[in-house]
Amino acid sequence: MNTSYFFNQNRTIIKTSDNILNVHSIESFGTHDGPGIRMVVFLQGCKLKCQYCHNPDTIDTQGGIEYNIEDLVQRALRMKSYFGANGGVTVSGGEPLLQSKSLIPFFKRLKEEGIHTNIDTNGRLLNHPTTELIDHYADLVMLDIKHMNEEGFQKLAGAKNKETTFNFAKHREASGKKMWLRYVLIPGITNTPELLHQLGTYFKDYKTIEKIELQPYHKLGIHKWEALGWEYELKDARENTQEEIDAAVEILSLYFKEVKAN
Amino acid sequence: MKVAELKNTDLQVEGFQNGDWNKSINVRDFVYKNITPYHGTHDFLIGPSERTQKLWDVCKAETKIERANNGVHSVDTDIVSGIANFEAGYIDKENETIVGLQTDGLLKRAMKPFGGYKVVQKALEEQGLKPANAVNELFSKYVKTHNDGVFDAYNAEIRKFRSLGFLTGLPDNYARGRIIGDYRRIALYGIDSLIDAKKQDLAHIKGPMTDAVIRLREEVSEQIKALKDMIVMGKSYDLDLSRPAQNAQEAVQWTYMAYLAAVKEQDGAAMSLGNVSTFLDIYIQRDLDNEVIGEIEAQEYIDQFVMKLRMVRHLRMSAYDEIFAGDPTWVTEAIGGMFKDGRTKVTKTAFRFLHTLYNLGPSPEPNITVLWSPSLPENFRKYCAKVAIDTSSIQFENDDLMRTLRGSDDYGIACCVSYQEIGKQIQFFGARTNLAKTLLLAVNAGRCEITGKQMVKGIAQDNDEYLDFDKVMANFKLAMTEVARVYNDSMNIIHYMHDKYYYEKGQMALIDTNPAINIAYGIAGLSIVADSLSAIKYAKVKPIRNEEGLTVSFEIEGDFPKYGNDDDRVDVFAHDAVEDFNNELKKLAVYKNAEPTMSVLTITSNVVYGKKTGATPDGRAKGVPFAPGANPMHGRDTNGAIASLNSVAKIDYKDSQDGVSNTFSIVPKSLGSTNEERIDNLVATLTGYFAHGAQHLNVNVLDKDTLLDAMEHPENHPQLTIRVSGYAVNFIRLTREQQLEVISRSFHESM
Repeated sequence: MNTSYFFNQNRTIIKTSDNILNVHSIESFGTHDGPGIRMVVFLQGCKLKCQYCHNPDTIDTQGGIEYNIEDLVQRALRMKSYFGANGGVTVSGGEPLLQSKSLIPFFKRLKEEGIHTNIDTNGRLLNHPTTELIDHYADLVMLDIKHMNEEGFQKLAGAKNKETTFNFAKHREASGKKMWLRYVLIPGITNTPELLHQLGTYFKDYKTIEKIELQPYHKLGIHKWEALGWEYELKDARENTQEEIDAAVEILSLYFKEVKAN
Repeated sequence: MKVAELKNTDLQVEGFQNGDWNKSINVRDFVYKNITPYHGTHDFLIGPSERTQKLWDVCKAETKIERANNGVHSVDTDIVSGIANFEAGYIDKENETIVGLQTDGLLKRAMKPFGGYKVVQKALEEQGLKPANAVNELFSKYVKTHNDGVFDAYNAEIRKFRSLGFLTGLPDNYARGRIIGDYRRIALYGIDSLIDAKKQDLAHIKGPMTDAVIRLREEVSEQIKALKDMIVMGKSYDLDLSRPAQNAQEAVQWTYMAYLAAVKEQDGAAMSLGNVSTFLDIYIQRDLDNEVIGEIEAQEYIDQFVMKLRMVRHLRMSAYDEIFAGDPTWVTEAIGGMFKDGRTKVTKTAFRFLHTLYNLGPSPEPNITVLWSPSLPENFRKYCAKVAIDTSSIQFENDDLMRTLRGSDDYGIACCVSYQEIGKQIQFFGARTNLAKTLLLAVNAGRCEITGKQMVKGIAQDNDEYLDFDKVMANFKLAMTEVARVYNDSMNIIHYMHDKYYYEKGQMALIDTNPAINIAYGIAGLSIVADSLSAIKYAKVKPIRNEEGLTVSFEIEGDFPKYGNDDDRVDVFAHDAVEDFNNELKKLAVYKNAEPTMSVLTITSNVVYGKKTGATPDGRAKGVPFAPGANPMHGRDTNGAIASLNSVAKIDYKDSQDGVSNTFSIVPKSLGSTNEERIDNLVATLTGYFAHGAQHLNVNVLDKDTLLDAMEHPENHPQLTIRVSGYAVNFIRLTREQQLEVISRSFHESM
């Protein structure tokens, strides 16, 4: 029997506040959330309600499934042989920073096991647990830039103060550790030459940014909004044409060494 | 037995390193001593020659005619096929550097009635044809076939298990196949030397004249006759096969002639080629080094060889298509792998074989199987991944696992996924038993759930409102013991009769006289069994019974862990069912003292097995297709591809040494956003999966939309290839039902 590939799921776990993560779902073969093949842990709960969110079912901080972090580490270990030189674990959401206290021991354990860690975040929390997490345990931060001006940000994300994310970026830059930016392209809303130039100008001198990933807006998440009984406010937005995507890539290439449209 | 000594000292050919292979038949030693491993990239590869293109255009035109003509181009109804029974045939003689067809015409099929005459009659009738009177007279009145012999010996019990679908696809009315001749031997030694060696062997097979000794003496005599026939066949193409091949072109040609002899004589379900690429590379590399040929010729020989392999056809009746869909021939060629000393067996010709999928386009045949190891050269691993992504035509097997556990580094893949040491070992094909239906015996007092016929005695009628796990498990084990017994009985009869009436004299002539034998049993419906046991244990399962007390459906209250999610609670049932059934089979004595092995493999019979199986306790409705091979049931693997792969990897190869087939289908975008990422991610996936001790992976990288479009517009997708269970098919040659089933399977998609 391949005993090494079975693990004991009947262990008794004593629940404490910082060894539990509230998980929406787990994808074992993530190829779009960081480098290589990744186990992606989608955490439950987010303080924003972005109009284009394609995982609106992860927004509510209630619900989700509680996972002991050691169980998640064991799962990651069973996938480690697939990670190769580049892959690893990504926490996404929802907004992972809301569960930073538990993510610290989780990432710490992953680091002990030699597994690459990545956090996909909107960077809206900059306090003791979040800085400890990103300064010491996150090999990569994928920071989601919603909008370059306050009015646009508020409309899109349903919250105030876009600067929080930029402060988070500054903090990461100061730490000298790797960062990717992510930006959702919506024609006329985030995909305008003016906004793209603003984005590029703002970040052009950042040394920790390896690349920016553009995520062309798509409507695949609408049915989830309907399932939740929520109104989808971005109904009139349309998907980008290939030309619009190419044009955005061209502009951002003036500022970033790598621009990738997913 | 004393090893035959080679007398022909001319074998010491210039440019080759000598060794044991000069003294006795030992092709591995020749390869081992003369290989030029290749670590470079695929940049040296070149496109098809003009001659190759002209030939392939003819082949494409003729296969189009074949498809339009009910899938059969033409059939010869006068000649009973055999090694030397047809005149030479050509595609377009002046452009062929590698010649030889099974009959005297391209795609013209031949009658091979020794497996079973009724099958030949039926196949012809379906095409509106009849065998010539002389043939009919002979086989109706005078010649006894394998099929006749089997049914003379079958008892009522075996017939019942067979007709009710507990045992399906048994090779009892057609050739068993699966034997791989060492087709390289003719090129390396020439037939004269091989005849001489067999004569020495015959002289050493001495009395007392027991059944076994008499049988072996007769078999070796038959082999010698077959070798003589091969010389005659070669002469019809102006080739002197009696002597060794002198150059690269002859090495390819001689090897192909040896294979051709096999597919002229036999039409077994699977007729593998073995692992010829490394061997042929030695001749090609020597001629390249001596500047006798250039890369254009090197690729041309391989392209034309592969083209010929793609044109191999057997005469089948349509019922055969239910089990083996898409007219497959399983010309399986194993490529790559490592020597025991740590050197790679990858050569430039390994690349050249894979490159035929570009030069001639994607194709299910030959069934190219990459023997994977993390130690393979990185450039080769990446190229294999690229080919898989671009063509969905190749499969991968775990070389480290098989080489270590089975012992040889000179093996091929018999049929779909099974290890077979070349020239030293054979296997008896055993189709498979329906394990899901076996489980239903446990909850139906040993009766067939559909007909109510008593199959197994000693299982009490269960009247509990909910199924009790311990009770079901105990009865399941009892049912397995009985099914294994009947299965073994049928196998012994089949292989006894096949040897008697349709002995593979041509192939066996190219194998050592006393080879090791595996009997290759198989099971289908593993995921159904695992999920059913999980449902019974972790949810509440209420059987709904008809007035006879037979289960017609099951109501499940609550949720349960499902196989395919890397969840040990259920995966252990899959693991244990394989181990338990294999242990039952191992207890039973086998004809010719064959060593039992077992596979978890379905070909495309998962559809017909499903049809013959009533509702199962996992919630699957009556008649619904099974998942193929060891795959999780469609749509139940909900935690992504790796979780699914990890579940399958838990099935222990030690319990299933004939192979554990898994088909992995993924949409291109989910494998990565760029080509480079996709290649890296596929390499990582294969490495990761095999690191878990898994054995086999089919890889499809396809959009479902492409398949749907091919259903509506087949003319636009003449070469669209998709891996099914252990082999690949030309998608447009599947029936609509089979196409829909393929499309319904899990395509891993992550957003």
